[in-house]
Amino acid sequence: MSEDYLVIGDKKFKSRLFVGTGKYSTPELMLGAIEASGAEVVTVALRRMNIEGQQRTILDYLAEINCTILPNTAGCYTAEEAIRTARLARELGLSNMVKLEVIGDQKTLFPDNEALLEAARVLVKEGFIVLPYTNDDPVMAKKLEDIGCAAVMPLGAPIGSGLGIRNPYNIRIILETVRVPVIVDAGVGTASDASFAMELGCAGVLMNTGIAGAKDPIKMAKAMRLAVEAGRLAYLAGRIPKKLYASASSPMDNLIE
Amino acid sequence: MRVKVNGKEYELPENLTVLQMLNFFKINHNFVAVERNKEIVSRKDWENVKVCDGDVFEIVTFVGGG
Repeated sequence: MSEDYLVIGDKKFKSRLFVGTGKYSTPELMLGAIEASGAEVVTVALRRMNIEGQQRTILDYLAEINCTILPNTAGCYTAEEAIRTARLARELGLSNMVKLEVIGDQKTLFPDNEALLEAARVLVKEGFIVLPYTNDDPVMAKKLEDIGCAAVMPLGAPIGSGLGIRNPYNIRIILETVRVPVIVDAGVGTASDASFAMELGCAGVLMNTGIAGAKDPIKMAKAMRLAVEAGRLAYLAGRIPKKLYASASSPMDNLIE
Repeated sequence: MRVKVNGKEYELPENLTVLQMLNFFKINHNFVAVERNKEIVSRKDWENVKVCDGDVFEIVTFVGGG
């Protein structure tokens, strides 16, 4: 396992768990959870600065730990908004990676694939390392790979829903379809969901609410770290085939009479 | 002069550069990006670009998000 790195663009990560920084009640709790998760990649959102009541920004806190910042384009409903947000995020000078989201529907937060592809095309040309949040659609995943995205990030289930991997068969087909890393983004509710994604062969898992929304986020962050590691190991180890009938584990000869 | 910053109108002294405007608002420079009339003003240009009457600025930073 010592050489089992996740490579995205020109970056190399030991941890396959990416975590969000939203929904925490305090910055201290957020930092504690990130630390417990072992994550090296941490997502943030871009918003207007409160210029009247200056406070510490999240970056003042994140500076205390060693992590790679992955800005998102959450809240963008058009390709133009997402491109504008990504450019501003890069201007902050911390990362040329972007978790590209173009939302198509407020209730489900499902992506607008058409706009996503359009925005991804522009940002790839501008030198961004683009990680698009997409449906669990193999055709879309292939298109995103073809235009130069550094990874594809299909949703397991709607953002914040905690429903787990709703269509593992599609995730498997995506894994067979693209060569870039496949990172399940959104939907993970508990540790087994994260393990399951990794057992399928995903390169990583990205989550926010699953940890931040737990009763004890720090404990859940640790659970997720172990789950991602366990799932990865199980995938690499190669599971046994599923069979309908039993096969005895103990020898059947030399039984006492 | 009047400018709009993050959706709100402000009365500012005349002849400010972007950098001076950031100082006027006492903004920590380290973690912000600036957009003037929907075009990014790079950090290196902050001390050269003049703020004009009627300009619309967005001053952004990162916040918690997933």
